[in-house]
Amino acid sequence: MENSRRNFLKIAGISALGLSATPVLDAFALDISMLDMKINATPGKDAITAKRWGMVIDTRKFESEEDLKPMIEACHKIHNVPVLENKRHEIKWIWEEEFKHAFPNLEHEYVNESVEHLPFLVLCNHCKDAPCVRACPTKATFKREDGIILMDFHRCIGCRFCMAACPYGSRSFNFRDPRPFIKDINKKFPTRARGVVEKCNFCAERLAVGQQPACVEASKGALVFGDLENPESEVRRLLKTNYTIRRKVALGTGPSVYYIV
Amino acid sequence: MSDNHHDKEDKKMYNKGEVITGIVIFLVIFAFPFWYNMGKAAPVPQPELTEKAKAAKECVEPKAFMKTEHMQILNSWRNSVVRNKNRLYINSSNKEFDMSLSNNCLDCHSNKAEFCDKCHTYASVTPYCFDCHIDNPKEK
Amino acid sequence: MLELALKGSKRYFGWIACLLAVIGVGVGCYMWQLSFGLGLTGMSRDVSWGFYIAQFTFLVGVAASAVMLVLPYYLHHYKAFGRITILGEFLAVASVSMCLLFIIADLGQPMRALNVILYPTPNSILFWDMIVLNGYLFLNIIIGWQVLQAEKNSVAPPKWVKPLIYISIPWAVSIHTVTAFLYCGLPGRGFWLTAILAPRFLASAFAAGPAFLILLCLLVRKLTKFDPGKEQIQTLAKIVTYGILLNVFFLLCEVFVVFYSKIPEHMDHMTYLYAGLHGHGVLVPWMWTSIALMIFSIILLVNPFTRQKEGILTVACICVFIGTWIDKGLGMISGGFVPSPLHHITEYVPTKPEIAITLGIYAVGFLVLTLLFKIAITVKEEAEGV
Repeated sequence: MENSRRNFLKIAGISALGLSATPVLDAFALDISMLDMKINATPGKDAITAKRWGMVIDTRKFESEEDLKPMIEACHKIHNVPVLENKRHEIKWIWEEEFKHAFPNLEHEYVNESVEHLPFLVLCNHCKDAPCVRACPTKATFKREDGIILMDFHRCIGCRFCMAACPYGSRSFNFRDPRPFIKDINKKFPTRARGVVEKCNFCAERLAVGQQPACVEASKGALVFGDLENPESEVRRLLKTNYTIRRKVALGTGPSVYYIV
Repeated sequence: MSDNHHDKEDKKMYNKGEVITGIVIFLVIFAFPFWYNMGKAAPVPQPELTEKAKAAKECVEPKAFMKTEHMQILNSWRNSVVRNKNRLYINSSNKEFDMSLSNNCLDCHSNKAEFCDKCHTYASVTPYCFDCHIDNPKEK
Repeated sequence: MLELALKGSKRYFGWIACLLAVIGVGVGCYMWQLSFGLGLTGMSRDVSWGFYIAQFTFLVGVAASAVMLVLPYYLHHYKAFGRITILGEFLAVASVSMCLLFIIADLGQPMRALNVILYPTPNSILFWDMIVLNGYLFLNIIIGWQVLQAEKNSVAPPKWVKPLIYISIPWAVSIHTVTAFLYCGLPGRGFWLTAILAPRFLASAFAAGPAFLILLCLLVRKLTKFDPGKEQIQTLAKIVTYGILLNVFFLLCEVFVVFYSKIPEHMDHMTYLYAGLHGHGVLVPWMWTSIALMIFSIILLVNPFTRQKEGILTVACICVFIGTWIDKGLGMISGGFVPSPLHHITEYVPTKPEIAITLGIYAVGFLVLTLLFKIAITVKEEAEGV
């Protein structure tokens, strides 16, 4: 009796556990089946493609801080990047830095005046071997076959490991709901939710419809975008004929953004 | 079980009153959602179509399919667009659609409150799509 | 055995009520953080990890230190520790629980936490950390419970527990190693980019963990009829001594490399922590307090005459615990983020709600610890017939 009562309780306990676990298992099964749904899809006809997208920034064409504004504004406006007063919560995809901050390991004692005083445009370098991609525990940040490092905002858990991993400070975190801080919302592009990391996407959504990145379009030729692995491309021509530098090359990340100084 | 004179005692239930009351109270609390909502069932909502949606006659897939599978479709769409850069959807009758919740789905269904929210509220689901994707009408 | 936690004195339930009150405040603040976002904390674009991750790192160490009881007892048959291994294992359970809660509290999208399992990514150290931490939690729950139950019934623990115990030894080392790898594999963060980070973490763990355990043992002796034992406490004290000596030695190794090589990317962080950088230095007094406490504790611990006096040992253990806590739970994470990779200085100070959530999680840990210790000690008291 004693024994069968104990057995009964054991079986009852296990069944209760099983019953309460079924919804959880169902949820998993559902999610995995959702991932499995095959659809028929293709890139758009106008999409422009490359083996590895890259950018060359001709800093000689900028004379003042004012010259950089149109590019920053173009990017932040079409991507619904919020403007947060609190510096700690700031979100930026492309912004200006002094030379000594953009290239902290190239801090020379004496440099020419233009370099000393001119702000530099900085953005995500879309590294060849990106530390952020290595760090992300969910593949929410990943490298596309054309070299672009993208964010899947749906999948990001907001652990900010990628921010610690990025040696260029290119990533921002939504410390709060960004919507109230977007003045002029671009209704064609999604905003982000609080709790996810975001950064420059090399305008993947514009490349898909055959347009150049927004900053490049606004740069009046100072920014050139193209395929780094195509020897005939405009970026390669510029790299062949000009001396360029990249940010923190010694770290081996392989930045895809070059600067002509 | 081992000793015979225990048999009779073993079949006796101790603290019968308390145990049964306890079980009854547990069941009442456990079934709270059922009896609390009894008789309050809301009628099944009918999502409303905009003129544009009515004129289009068919969605990207047949209505019955969309009704049950739109979340799976949207999930595959977002994976396709974000992760595989394929942005055009080819449906079962070989028609092409731009895979965009904000710019395509919500262009026809520009009445989120009457089309999306109605059923979502009824089914008590809160998809986080609209935390980021901006609903229509897009003009201010 | 669970029912043993339900019977206790007024003082016992009073303590639990206090913990529940702190947990309540923490939960309230967490709800606030959930709806507002992590902007509620002192973290920023530049210092993107703060108090939560620092506490997590420190507590992984406390959890790992259980191995300092398990290893001598099971591998070297040091019988004296048999009395208290369960206390170490249950301390590990409480610590790992806190670690997991701190990770959850730090996530921007906690409801998506299972994505780590849904999309397993072996190249991410966080994926491995998830595995080793959960594994260690289960190992300690199973081992601790089985051994205690066997003790209660005066029988030998089931045979299958032995292999688990042996696995738990390298597993303990792994949890702190993997946690160090989270930081030391990141390019561009000169403060952490050092192969000695994992050994340093382990050294501070083997100082802080056993020091805390000594304090717990003394408390148990005072509050209950179970005496963890003089010899046991003294052996632990020796472990603490070696741990804190190694920790300070490793720290000095870092100081030498950084300040002799004078590579700015590595040096600036240390300068910020111990001297302040470009006029910023909120942590400077803390860091020197930490150094002072650790050196003072070494003086008390190395000398056998002071170490053997339990009153002085108590002071030494408190110094070790606070000293290593400041070093790891305060300086280690912020120090790596200041200056930023672009050489900007944004300082980090936790906010009040952030501290309330932290305290709430600590209270959860203490609650788990209290309940588990209550069970273990009641069993021990009964077994000894006191």
